[in-house]
Amino acid sequence: MMTSTTPVKAEARNLSFFYNGGNNAVKNVSMPLYENKITALIGPSGCGKSTFLRCFNRMHDLYPGNKYEGQIIMHPDDTNILEKNVDPIEVRMRISMVFQKPNPFPKSIYENVAYGLRVRGEKNRRIVDDKVEEALKGAALWNEVKDRLQDLAFNLSGGQQQRLCIARALATDPEIMLFDEPTSALDPIATANIEELMSELRNKLTILVVTHNMQQAARVSDYTAYMYLGELIEHGETDRIFTRPTRKETEDYITGKFG
Amino acid sequence: MMNKQQTKNLNEVRAMIQRHKLNDYIFSIIGLLCLMVGLITLLTLFIDLILQGYPKLLSLSFYTDFPSRRASSAGLLSALVGSSLVMLVTFLSAVPMGVMAAIYLEEYAPKNWFSDLIEINVSNLAAVPSIIYGLLALGLFVYILDLGQSIVTAGLTLGLLILPVVIVATRESIRSIPIAIREAAYAVGATKWQVVYDHVIKYSFGGILTGVIIGMARAIGETAPIITIGALTFIAFLPPSPVTTTAPFLNFEWLSSGFTVLPIQMFSWLSRPSEAFHVNAAAAGVIIILVTLIMNGFAIRMRYKMRKNIKW
Ligand SMILES: Nc1ncnc2c1ncn2[C@@H]1O[C@H](COP(=O)(O)OP(=O)(O)OP(=O)(O)O)[C@@H](O)[C@H]1O
Ligand SMILES: [Mg+2]
Repeated sequence: MMTSTTPVKAEARNLSFFYNGGNNAVKNVSMPLYENKITALIGPSGCGKSTFLRCFNRMHDLYPGNKYEGQIIMHPDDTNILEKNVDPIEVRMRISMVFQKPNPFPKSIYENVAYGLRVRGEKNRRIVDDKVEEALKGAALWNEVKDRLQDLAFNLSGGQQQRLCIARALATDPEIMLFDEPTSALDPIATANIEELMSELRNKLTILVVTHNMQQAARVSDYTAYMYLGELIEHGETDRIFTRPTRKETEDYITGKFG
Repeated sequence: MMNKQQTKNLNEVRAMIQRHKLNDYIFSIIGLLCLMVGLITLLTLFIDLILQGYPKLLSLSFYTDFPSRRASSAGLLSALVGSSLVMLVTFLSAVPMGVMAAIYLEEYAPKNWFSDLIEINVSNLAAVPSIIYGLLALGLFVYILDLGQSIVTAGLTLGLLILPVVIVATRESIRSIPIAIREAAYAVGATKWQVVYDHVIKYSFGGILTGVIIGMARAIGETAPIITIGALTFIAFLPPSPVTTTAPFLNFEWLSSGFTVLPIQMFSWLSRPSEAFHVNAAAAGVIIILVTLIMNGFAIRMRYKMRKNIKW
């Protein structure tokens, strides 16, 4: 019943994606992202999860020859963010991303978090300070770094670096946040921290997360989508997908018979 | 029985390791010899120069005197000043041009057969003999642009000469920036220019600087192109000073002044029949080598410092 009452934040409509060489990595996928919910994307390696995710912030525009077909509609303004006349920068200002491997800039902790604001031309020191603090608190990193904001980000541990990257993505108040296997480079404790963080972030924004880890999908997500060979096989509430999948392929994958 | 078999195998393994180690040993001896041949030859030359030139090297007037007909009172002053001013022009022309060209090629130029062609040619330019640059400069700067046989002509010529070095070094440095860092910047909404300005240039600064200094170190010893464009060998005056005491405090007349540079001064002393001048030549040679070494040392230091905070 949740499905019918929860507002949709964004939805892919018949989305296909072709890499430069013509490789059709995403095939005609239609799928909603519900507002203030976590949607997990699972599926075997190479099935197109990252490719699909990166359509949402037009990351593929950075490389020549890539082609989208179909739409990604963002609500409430009903913008098709894949449309040619929508600037990818505008899209990235609304939808931020956290990558698989922590990728802080070789700058201070403070400057890493502030960068999104700098890009937007924010010069007011007070505002930047406040936003940086808020984002670091939001990423559950503030207490660990508040006394060394000017230290280099590289000096943080892997888990801290990933939370710093979340803070960086958070500082600009995005509507949607994309996570591409955010914990695959982290140990179990750092992973638990990030998962907890994602659950909290859900109150503020909408999350799409790619994960290889089935338990993780079951633990953190509200909705789960299973992809295979570029196609969306099944999408639904996580509880249902993991207990009563309707498609045989999904069941085989989550029970470990395949994948 | 079983045991004996094992021991035998072990002995065979040990013998094999010994044989392989022998190869290591032989190779390191040969490598060391090759290294020594190069190093010792150079070192001998350098020491010989110092031994010949030391009376001059130690006298202050050598650095403050103009050239003279008498070896004893001939000094390096005009060559030192000339080399510095020429290097200034070289730096100011090659660095902005080279860095911008490299950034364009790496970040903005579409990747197709044309950019491949440019890439190959830039690398080839670095291998063009310097005297060819001299001819080009004689035609372009001296005859067509009418800049004269001046400091600006020499500076621009050497600038052209080291341009490929600067471009290649800058591109390599830019390329070593991981894609993940770029994507991180784009992902928060940076424009291409913001990525270039806030990240690409900053993180590749150490590499660019190294390339620039190595290029300059090469340029400072260049003789052929300078002779081609017609540097003077006997200069008993200094170019007008670039900075003045009256407004606007900058003066550009020095650009069109005649000049000489260190290697030419050295060459001119060397070609004198009188033995006494050879002492001066040796001393000038030591100065050139020292300047080059100092610049290279500086480049290594800067590189180390710049890379300390960057881990890739
Ligand atoms: N830059 C690229 N150019 C061409 N093909 C690509 C490119 N990147 C990925 N692919 C292909 O697209 C398909 C989907 O790749 P994608 O990275 O989206 O898979 P994934 O589901 O994220 O896999 P993983 O779980 O291993 O990260 C794969 O067949 C892959 O080989
Ligand atoms: Mg992936």
